[in-house]
Amino acid sequence: MSGNIQLLSDTLAGAKAEGRSALIAYLPAGFPTVDGGIDAVKAVFEGGADIVEVGLPHSDPVLDGPVIQTADDIALRGGVKIADVIRTVREAYEASGKPVLVMTYWNPIDRYGVERFTAELAEAGGAGCILPDLPVQESALWREHAEKHGLATVFVVAPSSLDGRLAEITAAGSGFVYAASLMGVTGTRASVGAQAEKLVERTRATGTGLPVCVGLGVSNAVQAAEVAGFADGVIVGSAFVKRMLDAPDHAAGVQAVRELAADLAKGVRRTA
Amino acid sequence: MPSEFFIPDPQGQTPSPEGYFGAFGGKFIPEALVAAVDEVAVEYDKAKSDPEFARELDDLLVHYTGRPSSLTEVPRFAEHAGGARIFLKREDLNHTGSHKINNVLGQALLTKRMGKTRVIAETGAGQHGVATATACALFGLECTIYMGEIDTQRQALNVARMRMLGAEVIAVKSGSRTLKDAINEAFRDWVANVDHTHYLFGTVAGPHPFPAMVRDFHRVIGVEARRQLLEQAGRLPDAAVACVGGGSNAIGLFHAFIPDSDVRLIGCEPGGHGVETGEHAATLTAGEPGILHGSRSYVLQDEEGQITEPYSISAGLDYPGIGPEHSYLKDTGRAEYRAVTDDAAMQALRLLSRTEGIIPAIESAHALAGALEVGKELGKDGLIVVNLSGRGDKDMDTAARYFGLYDTDAEVAANAADTAEIEGDAK
Repeated sequence: MSGNIQLLSDTLAGAKAEGRSALIAYLPAGFPTVDGGIDAVKAVFEGGADIVEVGLPHSDPVLDGPVIQTADDIALRGGVKIADVIRTVREAYEASGKPVLVMTYWNPIDRYGVERFTAELAEAGGAGCILPDLPVQESALWREHAEKHGLATVFVVAPSSLDGRLAEITAAGSGFVYAASLMGVTGTRASVGAQAEKLVERTRATGTGLPVCVGLGVSNAVQAAEVAGFADGVIVGSAFVKRMLDAPDHAAGVQAVRELAADLAKGVRRTA
Repeated sequence: MPSEFFIPDPQGQTPSPEGYFGAFGGKFIPEALVAAVDEVAVEYDKAKSDPEFARELDDLLVHYTGRPSSLTEVPRFAEHAGGARIFLKREDLNHTGSHKINNVLGQALLTKRMGKTRVIAETGAGQHGVATATACALFGLECTIYMGEIDTQRQALNVARMRMLGAEVIAVKSGSRTLKDAINEAFRDWVANVDHTHYLFGTVAGPHPFPAMVRDFHRVIGVEARRQLLEQAGRLPDAAVACVGGGSNAIGLFHAFIPDSDVRLIGCEPGGHGVETGEHAATLTAGEPGILHGSRSYVLQDEEGQITEPYSISAGLDYPGIGPEHSYLKDTGRAEYRAVTDDAAMQALRLLSRTEGIIPAIESAHALAGALEVGKELGKDGLIVVNLSGRGDKDMDTAARYFGLYDTDAEVAANAADTAEIEGDAK
């Protein structure tokens, strides 16, 4: 079975046709438990997310701030396995019919086996992967298998990326381009950097046909509306995780992420 | 005039332009760091061929660090090694007390050339942190050191030294709260502050060009030792022995001997409570290839690629990764690696102290314990050089607790027999 790269592209094109940005949410698998994490992902879709990135927790999340570190830690101590991540993708996709990506670091996939991982992710209905510590230059093997199984390879661009690199990255990537709004790790910020709009402009100037979605630091509907004014998609992660961490119990956490998704979904339709 | 102390790899065959030593190395970094890491590579290439850089670094290595470091024969210690001759390369006599200063001064000069005003670094035992804080004081750079919370406790003296030198020391409370987690936190800082900050990486791991650049700054150890052995012993050694955590002092000693195929290169990994117990940091003995901190190398990990928590009595060796060039030397068979337990290292630490009046760092004591074994294997005609990578002052609290040396130690006070045994041993 082929992965859902086409569904991902159609979803982003559909949002554009509606004259709005897509809402992309991130939640780690296995947090707070495997089944609890699946409930949360389903709730985020029900609340209005167009796309979900399921995190595959890693022991050494060097690009994540304290919120996602805490969630990864809870998931790993709970014994989450790659098979659980795949099941999360499958159940979220089957319940929603919407695109589900995996976001993780390169070592777990390298160790598990690229062919095995891409085959299983595609079979579960996954749409692709975001691997922020796998740069284009090291990605040939991954891309070969991702392409074979119909999975998108979403690369990250940063405000520090030179124009030449933006061209290389957009040429190699598929699905969409993940534009990091600022220089830093994941986490909520009071304001989204002015660098974000400039980076989106520079990325589009490469002539890429890929949608450009902005992540890092976005946590509320006002920021989502602001970013939606210049990006094809708005990516929100830590804010969802924080709602789960702050909730008094699991049911309240699931309700809180559903409400946040609904709020943000209004935001991406209310472009400033 | 050719540089006398800054002696980058003259063969220049490794790594490849992409940073690979065989199958190991590379550059697995987030996009936000690509421009900065490329800048380091370009700037280092320029510096390497700039006589002014070599002159400045040489001047520091002679007048500030105190190079060349001595080569000391230790016959009373060697009596416990089957009669083989043992020489110590005295990196403990460098300013700040370890080999770390060689690399730090090189990268500090590079930081100035790049126009950056702030330096961050990770540290395990605190030796790299102290050396970095020292260079930052010397050059007027802002300095932040990340150190695992467990290590700030077991190496409290070095924390005080760094603060005395004006550095900010941040105790890292995530993960295993040791060296690996300090590196994670330093990377997080670097991603956010890369425009004005250089990450002064302390070992021969990390993304290209760090493994090759840090090696080049430490090559002087082996170049000097080789020359000194020819002068003092009249021949090359049968074995060059060093401890390996990330691998910087070992690669520094080994590298000049790589073309000498009769010289065995032996790395001593931290065996902790024994590799069979699972409580160790013997990455090359028990690890599998994977990616950690920016390069592909052997890594202690589970079957799903999660990094497993290492253990060693030595904070400086307590790391689940290893520099990629060591992985290459292992797989090609040019170097061999063996695990040395906490206990063997501590016994060697006490033996050298009591036979030669030299208190080594616990890290270096792993190499000394390895040399005792290798000496017995070689027999009385054997000739061994050991890299004494650091001095043991920082470890006195750990050693005092291990051996019960404090007057206030209730157990020692209560049991005079123990005290007598400790004092009588190794005499």
